[in-house]
Amino acid sequence: MTRDSMRRKYEPRKVAEQKVATSAMIASLAAEGYDTVSAPFGDALVAAAQQDDRIVGMSADLSKYTDMHVFANAMPDRFYQMGMAEQLLMSAASGMAREGFIPFATTYAVFASRRAYDFIAMAIAEENLPVKVVCALPGLTTGYGPSHQATEDLAIFRGLPNMVVIDPCDAADVAGMVPEIIAHDGPVYARLLRGKVPNVLTRHKPDYKFKLGRAQMIREGRDVLVISSGIMTMRALDTAEILARDNVDVAVLHVPTLKPLDVDTILDEARKSGRLVVTAENHTENGGLGEAVAKTLLLAGVTPQFRMISLPDQFLEAGALPTLHDMYGLSTTKVADQIKSWL
Amino acid sequence: MRDQSQTGKRANMSLAMRAWNIRRKALLMGEVQGQGYIGQALGVADVLATAYFHALDHRPDAPEWEGRDRFYLSIGHYAIALYSALIEAGVLPEDELETYGMDDSRMPMSGMASYTPGMEITGGSLGQGLGIAVGAALGLKRKGNPAFVYNLMSDGELGEGSTWEAVMSATQWRLDNLICIVDFNNQQADGPTRDALAVGAEAPKWTAFGWFAQEVDGNDLDALVAAFDAARLHPEPKPRVIICNTKMCKGVDFLEAREMAHFVRVAPEEWAKALNTLEEGKPQ
Repeated sequence: MTRDSMRRKYEPRKVAEQKVATSAMIASLAAEGYDTVSAPFGDALVAAAQQDDRIVGMSADLSKYTDMHVFANAMPDRFYQMGMAEQLLMSAASGMAREGFIPFATTYAVFASRRAYDFIAMAIAEENLPVKVVCALPGLTTGYGPSHQATEDLAIFRGLPNMVVIDPCDAADVAGMVPEIIAHDGPVYARLLRGKVPNVLTRHKPDYKFKLGRAQMIREGRDVLVISSGIMTMRALDTAEILARDNVDVAVLHVPTLKPLDVDTILDEARKSGRLVVTAENHTENGGLGEAVAKTLLLAGVTPQFRMISLPDQFLEAGALPTLHDMYGLSTTKVADQIKSWL
Repeated sequence: MRDQSQTGKRANMSLAMRAWNIRRKALLMGEVQGQGYIGQALGVADVLATAYFHALDHRPDAPEWEGRDRFYLSIGHYAIALYSALIEAGVLPEDELETYGMDDSRMPMSGMASYTPGMEITGGSLGQGLGIAVGAALGLKRKGNPAFVYNLMSDGELGEGSTWEAVMSATQWRLDNLICIVDFNNQQADGPTRDALAVGAEAPKWTAFGWFAQEVDGNDLDALVAAFDAARLHPEPKPRVIICNTKMCKGVDFLEAREMAHFVRVAPEEWAKALNTLEEGKPQ
């Protein structure tokens, strides 16, 4: 018996029109024209650990896919392979933190936010322990389908008291957040970009440095203010260059820390009159940056024209990542189209 | 320091007094609130007496002393039992007993680390303690600290998959500084534990997973002392488990006889009767 609500996608499909042949687990996120840095998280963690004996690395059979292998190779006696057991990974990280260490626990964002949530909540966050949960494949960054697409992770961890939540844009953010989250004496959930990670922010703002809890203007503009996090800041900056050709002047405010949210900077920028305000996030429309900004604006009585770019409230398709970003409105072209349609 | 010679009859008689005192304090706290996991507290009192007054190296006036043996209460529900042991041990003052479960008390109904000195972890979401203990045991080894980590869990927690993740990891890391205590009273929320998941052959199961496993009568102090000693002194680089078969409501016969229940109901007038019954069995 099948129900209509469970309808499958069994109809045969032709391959003739297929445009993109790859649906790799770890697809390249870099738009053309950006240089990349290899494994910025792994190198930053090693550099930090050389200065701080309390840092240990832990993973649940995904060290190679979270750039933790760089740390494991450099400091094998400080790396703990916990096996394919995410609940244990988080519990054991809690135990390590109790004994004075600062564990970096890595897995995929889907597994941390779904499978291991109760363990992060009760064994780590409830006691405000300094465990740094750093997770690859955030949002829509793989074509493997819902089992690997963490489209609701930010909503989940924003709901968790004591948790700091970070959605980095590029190599500068990923490397820069490591010392900042070590300095923060409490639990952190950070999305991770791994492998070859583009350098985006310093190209647009050469003196950019990640600062925990701070939103930063990357580009000024008179017509539109895009408030974005994660890879959507890269999309926003690329979109700004495209729209500039149409004499649309787009400002980009990058908000890599979703919690605590830099309310003051967001309000200061949103209060500048006349600009369309657009949030952009690699995350479901529910419970992420867009809703956080909307709440911030409403509570302060700031009511610009407001739109959200986000993923739909759906389990997403499998396929090649560029195809999927086009399909769900996260590609530069689609971001530009959406903003133009709202002007 | 532990004194290995203190395992004779006299010491055990003293432990019997400690266990009796733990039971009495638990009943007094239950009376304060008119409820509590009293059946479990009475059942596990001998295990806690053996832990706190024979096995554990700890300093009542310094519950966070770095050299202490860690004692994790994975079953936060058993807080009433651990509070009793902590009061008996002098970690908590006796006069706070009357605040149990009250607003602003340091002794809430479920055990939480941030509330209570000597409560090492926040338990209650079952199946978490053993995994935390694995991490702490790894951390202690990393520091060269010879302390043990004890994790007290319930038989119901054997149904949580996370327990078995931790069981395998403890073997993988040869955690000979980890001692797991399973309070097997065969009673979980919906009925007998043995009727819920395929629980059985407990010691052989843990042994097969690579642990040094013992199964004892958890209401027999001599057996408990021997098992705790064997767990601490076992020479193999393996984690250790003591499966303690306990009897719910032990020491208060009219409650023992009551139909087995996860949350034993005690009528208001019965608390005094229970204390009187316990008094009759006071060790000499």
